[in-house]
Parts: sequence; C-alpha cells; structure tokens
Amino acid sequence: MAVTRPVDRMRRVTSAIMTTLTGLCTLVAIGILLIILSYIAYRGISSLSFRFLVDSPRPVGEGGGIGNAILGSVVLLALSSAFGLPLGISVGIYLSEIGKGRFADAIRFLVDTLTGIPSIVTGVFVYAILVLPMRHFSAFAGGVSLALIMIPIVARTTEEMLKLVPHSLREGALALGAPQWRVILGVVLPAAASGIATGAMLAIARVSGETAPLLFTAFGSRFFSYYLDRPISSLTVQIYNYAISPYDEWHAQAWAATLVLMTLILGINIIVRFLTRKRF
Amino acid sequence: MSATSPDRTVFPAKHSDWRRVLSPTGNTGDAIFRALMFLVGLFVVSVVIAMLIALASDSMLSIREFGFHFLISRQWNPIKGEFGALPFIYGTIVSSLIALLISVPFSLGIAVFLVEQAPHYIARPVGFLVELLAAIPSVVYGLWGIFVLAPFLRSYVEPPLAKAFGKLPLFQGSITGIGLLTRGIILAIMITPIISAVGRDVLAAVPGSQREAALALGATKWEMIRVVLVNGAPGIAGAVILGLGRALGETMAVTMVIGNRPEISASLFEPSYTIASAIANEFTEATQDLYLSALVELGLILFLVTFIVNAIARLLVWNVTRKTGGVGRAA
Amino acid sequence: MSGVVMTKMPAQKVAPKIEVRERHEPPAQKETGKVKVAVRNLDFFYGRSQALHNISIEIPERIVMAFIGPSGCGKSTFLRTLNRMNDVIPATRVEGEVLIDDHNVYATGTDVVELRRKVGMVFQKSNPFPKSIFENVAYGLRINRLTKSYSELEERVEEALRDAALWNEVKDRLKTSALSLSGGQQQRLCIARALAIRPEVLLMDEPASALDPIATSKIEELVFDLKKQYTIVIVTHNMQQAARVSDTTAFFLLGKLIEVNSTEKMFTAPNEKLTEDYITGRFG
Repeated sequence: MAVTRPVDRMRRVTSAIMTTLTGLCTLVAIGILLIILSYIAYRGISSLSFRFLVDSPRPVGEGGGIGNAILGSVVLLALSSAFGLPLGISVGIYLSEIGKGRFADAIRFLVDTLTGIPSIVTGVFVYAILVLPMRHFSAFAGGVSLALIMIPIVARTTEEMLKLVPHSLREGALALGAPQWRVILGVVLPAAASGIATGAMLAIARVSGETAPLLFTAFGSRFFSYYLDRPISSLTVQIYNYAISPYDEWHAQAWAATLVLMTLILGINIIVRFLTRKRF
Repeated sequence: MSATSPDRTVFPAKHSDWRRVLSPTGNTGDAIFRALMFLVGLFVVSVVIAMLIALASDSMLSIREFGFHFLISRQWNPIKGEFGALPFIYGTIVSSLIALLISVPFSLGIAVFLVEQAPHYIARPVGFLVELLAAIPSVVYGLWGIFVLAPFLRSYVEPPLAKAFGKLPLFQGSITGIGLLTRGIILAIMITPIISAVGRDVLAAVPGSQREAALALGATKWEMIRVVLVNGAPGIAGAVILGLGRALGETMAVTMVIGNRPEISASLFEPSYTIASAIANEFTEATQDLYLSALVELGLILFLVTFIVNAIARLLVWNVTRKTGGVGRAA
Repeated sequence: MSGVVMTKMPAQKVAPKIEVRERHEPPAQKETGKVKVAVRNLDFFYGRSQALHNISIEIPERIVMAFIGPSGCGKSTFLRTLNRMNDVIPATRVEGEVLIDDHNVYATGTDVVELRRKVGMVFQKSNPFPKSIFENVAYGLRINRLTKSYSELEERVEEALRDAALWNEVKDRLKTSALSLSGGQQQRLCIARALAIRPEVLLMDEPASALDPIATSKIEELVFDLKKQYTIVIVTHNMQQAARVSDTTAFFLLGKLIEVNSTEKMFTAPNEKLTEDYITGRFG
C-alpha cells in the first residue's frame, strides 16, 4: 500500500525476530532431547550383552550384570500396579461418575496436589509406616511407595477418559432399566477401556523411572530376590549406585542399564502415542 | 383395581432402608457400589492426612529439640547432634530459582511457537518430543549431568564466565563443573516440559476473537502474541508455579550433581545441598534418633511447601482451562 | 428465473450528503461518488471448496453499504477479504482483486498492517482486551505509534469514545476493566477502539446481533452518525436494520452477489426475482 514508515519496519523486524526466537527455543529443546538419547545409546551399547542382562552384580573387575535389577524392577512394578491400578481407576470412576458437589471437588483437588508431592517424601512416609515397624527394608514397602505415586496419575487419566464417553451411552443403558453400577462397569468402563489402559501404561512408565522412594523402602540388593519382605534391587537404584561409584567399569554398566531402562520407557510412550493418534 | 390416587406412587421403591440412604435408586448393587466408591474417595483424603501425621510425629523429636531455630540455623553436624536446615532451604530455593530463570523464557517460547506459529501437522509431533523430556527419569538426568554436562561446563563455559565476571561473588570459587549452575541447568531442562505443556493448554484456551481483535487493529504477529500472553497470564503463572513445585522436590538429578558440602555460598560454582538431596544422601546413614528425626522434619517441610505451591498453581490453571473443558494434566 | 445476472454498476445515482465535522480533517477527497473499494472478479476458497464466486462490486466513499443474505451465503467471508482477515485461517485462497484507493491489497508486498490501519473492523461478538477501558481504546494508537505524547494519546482516546457515543458513560472510570461494561457498552468500546486509529473504511460484521433492542438502536444511531466521515460496510442478517441504516444494499446468495442497489429501491422494487423472493421472506 502506501509508503512504509520506519517505525512500521521496526515493528515488522521485531516480530520476525521474536517469532524466530520461539522456533529456536523449540529446536534447542528437541536438540537436547536428541543429544541425551543418542548419548545413552552410544555409551550404553558397548556394555550390553546377554550376560549383562542376566547376571547379578559382581565386584569390580569381574563383570556382572543387572539381571537381578531387571527382575527387581519387574517385581516392584507388578506389585505397585496390583495396588495402584485398581485403586487409581476406582478413584477415577468416583470422580467422574459418582462424586458430585463439594466433596468430590475436594477429592479432585487433593488428587491433583498429590501428583505434585515429591517422590522422596512418599518414600519417607512409607519408611515411617512400613519399614520402621517391620524393622527392615522390603520389596513390599517399595511396591507400596510406587503405588502411592501411581494412584493420583491413574486417577486423573481415568477420569478424563471416562468423561469423554458420550452421555448418550449412559442414558441409553439407564433408560433400559440397568442400575447405575451396571452401567458404569458394563458400558462406560469398556467404552473408555483403551484410554484407561493407555493411561495406566503411561503411569507404569513414569513409575518405572522412580528412584528416590526406593532408596529407603526397597533399598536395593546384590542378589536375586524372590521374597516380598526382603530388600530387592531395581534398575533405577542400581544405576544410581553405579553412577556415584568411583569405578569406570561400573559407570559403563550404569550407561548400559540406562539404555535398557530408556528402551522400556520410550517404548511405552511411543506405543501409547501411536495408539492414541489413531483415535483422533 | 381402583384408579391410582394422586399421592400413591406407581413405582414404589424396592427398598426403603440403608440402601435408600446410599443410593437414590434404592438398588442394592448401586448402594454397595456407591459405598465402595465413596470409601475410595475417602482413601485419598486419608492418605494425605496419614502422610501429614506420620511425618509430623516422626519429626516431633527434632521439633521439640530445635523448635523454630531449625529453620534458621546454619549448623548441620550429625556428630555433634546439631541440625539446622538453612543451608538446605537456601540450596533448594536458589537452585529452583535458577532453574526457573533459565526455563521460563524457553518454555514460553516453545508454548508460543507450538500454539501460535507451527502448523498443526508440525505442532503435534514436536509437542510430543518436548513432552518426552518429561519421560526421562531423574536418575538418568543425574547420570548425564555428572558425565556429560558437568565436564562440558567445566571445560567450555565456566572458565570464560569466571574470566568475564570473576569480580562478582556469583562467579567465584573453584571450578569443578559441579555446583549450582550445573544443577540449575539440569533442573531447567527437567521442568521445561511441564511449563511448556501447561502453557500450551493455557494459550490454546485463549479465544480466537482476541487474536482477531488485535490483528484487525493492525498488530504484527508478535504484537498479537503479546495480547494472547496477557490473556493467558494467570494460567501461565500457574504453569510456572507448577514448574517451581517440580523443581523444589526434585531429588536424584540434583543429588548426583552436587558436591557434598552443606554450606551456603553465593557463588554459582560452589556446591551445595537441597532438602531433597540431603534426605536422599543421609537417610540410610542416620543412626541416632535425633538425626533421623531431623531428616524427617526436612521431609515435612518439603511436603508442606510443595503441597502449598502445587495447590496455588492448580487453582490458577484450573480457572483458565476450565472454560474450555480442559481437565489439566496428570503430570 | 434461471441464471443470475451480476450487476456490475453500483447505485452511483445516490449522492450522500456530506457534513464536514469540525473536530478533525476528513480523510480523503471530498468529492461525492468516488469509489473507495473496488472488487474485481473475486473468488475465495476454503481449501478445496469455493465460498465466493466471481464477486465484483464498487463501494463509494462515505456511504453505508449493507450486505444481506441468508446465513452461510458468504457475506461475512467477503467482508473479511476486504481487510485480509481471512489470512489467519489456514488453507484459504483468494483469486481476483480487491482495490482500496486503487491499490490491490492482495498484491505481493502489500503491507497488511498498514491495510488494517486503513480498514477497521468491528466483530459480531464484542471482544475487548482484558485491560482497562482506556488501554483498550489506546491499543491501536500505541502499537501503531500514532501519537507523540501521552496527552495526545489521551485526547485521541477521548475523541474516539465521543465518536462512539460512549464517553459520557465511562469518562469517570477510564481505568476500570473493560469487562465490567455491559454487552452494548462493550460493543461501543470496540467501535471506539477501531475508530481511534482513524481508519478510512469501517467494516462491521453483524455488530448488533448479540445485543438487546435498546443497545441495538444505539449502535444504529452511531452508524448513521459515523457515515459522515467513514465508508461503512455492515453485514446484517436483519433486513429491517439494513433498511434503517444503509444507503446502498448488496444481496448475497450461496457465495454469489445477486444484486446491488440503493436501499430504497432494493426493498421496494428490486431488479432481481431472487432478491424479491428473499426480501419478501419466500426463503432464508
């Protein structure tokens, strides 16, 4: 149109600079992600081997592996899921289907803030109520602490998924004379099942990376353990112990263990993302 | 059969006892189900209360011994039995502030880019990648921090910084690559996904009419974005506070990237503790009751602070995203 | 009644009376009948579907032209092409020309910011910024750097609020939030905001549709006042409103321009049968 004033040129330049900067921020974030992931792959690959995945730790210089840690993590995840998933889903059902009014709002608020409690505080709590009375560390305590972390996460995603189920589905079943509990368990829950499942998977991925609470509940061990009332090893604690040790060999094992852990976590996240993308 | 009189119900309730109390339908299954669900809701409340009680009671010893002095004393000496939390409180606050300082502009930039600029087919995968940063466990960040970031900073960043700004107390001290700066950067990386994700939700909730109003008055793209930011200000504040909450409680990464001296120092290069890392490091070695109690008291402080911070943040974010039906993130 | 004849000549026989206002210089020339906006063969696409078909129209300066037609006929879309507001919607395409003061606004290299300064817009639902009343009106002045001092800014804000017939109602609370105003007041605030930067053309997209009858009549009075200085194009789904307020009317149907005529003629003896059918309520 008319002649552009210098002030307007400045405005356009400023706009262009700022919008470029935001793009740069995003690039930096993704760059950092790729740097971290590729470094893990690069350092971890060299120590990976079948023996590594199966053996238990040995003193420095004798090799050893993370077999017991993998088993330990599996046990802990199974334990925490056994507690955390049903409870979390139930809370989610309550918030979405049953709870109305101020009490439910308060519960929802508490659940939200529970997601923000540092996991180490949860660990201290479980230490106080389980480890101290039992007088020793245990896999059970570890599982409980992880479950406490899992529950608020699962509750919120479950609630969100249930809320997405259209009301017409509920009303159709109710109009046929089904009692509410039947409608919820038989109609609404199955409809939201895939969403709830992906929410559960994400919670498991999240919890599998937790270390702090395990430090004084499950504690860690150098052996294969099958007893729930004994300390048990886990991938994360093992990585931590190796990382802060002074031995290069153990550092290398830490990277390899990280590679295993990240494969699990990334795998779950990508699968979930793939599944949820199809729906939209 | 006589005609139904107006005040006799055609469908009498099946039961009129405890089942009616629990459920409007009076159905047995419903009553039981609702009771169960209610108990579940109660469970949540009781967990929070139990946490509070357990933490408080186990720190009673320490509270009685030190009282308020605990919060302002600089002495942390397990051997002498003197415990003061100030170095940890200081370390926690300072690392979190540094993390926020670095992360907030970045996270906002990412949120703005993804909502206002990127076309849809780019925004979704890129947003996913940024959120993946949150999926990396804390211990992995710690590992990377010790072996990659710290050496990098030690070799390439801290010497020039020390040379350029060495006069300021902020940049003095021995350069080991470990310390507040490293920790601040790692924390910043860790809280960026949550601030940017919530920020995205907030910005997306700003109605399009605001953008159009600004553009119709001749605003450039950036000027329009500023209007959107003003609209989303309370929600963004909530997102930042959420990030703060996360930074305050972060344990493993910061524990691995510190030095072992519970001191207070103004320099970015000197090591120092946070509350969470103090607990993590010393909990299993606390043999005396007083020692343990002091550590639990630290945990109590952390619990209360993060609870309040998160509560404030959620309230701010709820208000903004509730209008569009966004339920918030289970982060 | 097959086929539609596109009228290319607007009702230039209508010569609006010009009253020069004392307060500031009227923008362009004082000749009557000069064409302010000329659209030639405009096609508009949302992705693959075509929303506007071969629209050609000339809008003379300082009149009020109303766009009428059933909902979905493209009148709002067409309005938004005049200040390139459709640019913000992805996957839209424009073919043809929109000439404002003989410059094609869709030519490459057009300064869209400058365009939107000259061509202001008021939206269907009022959208004040979450700021004070003063800051809302001052926004356009500030970002376009149109004033040199704060006192000049205050003068312009007052002037705009007076032009929008809102000054007396808000002069004592300029710093309070704009969101505390009623719906009708908010809309007049948005008009003041648009007027503050002294556009030459004012586009109004159903400005009163969300308002009660009293607020609506205030807006209509305002439009009547404003046409002494501005070229106004107003989209409305309310035919009576078009009849009350405008000098010229254009009737749109299914993305095509059916007829342009003086308002008087349009509503008593339109040229096209389709127009007549719409006016008499046979459809739409």
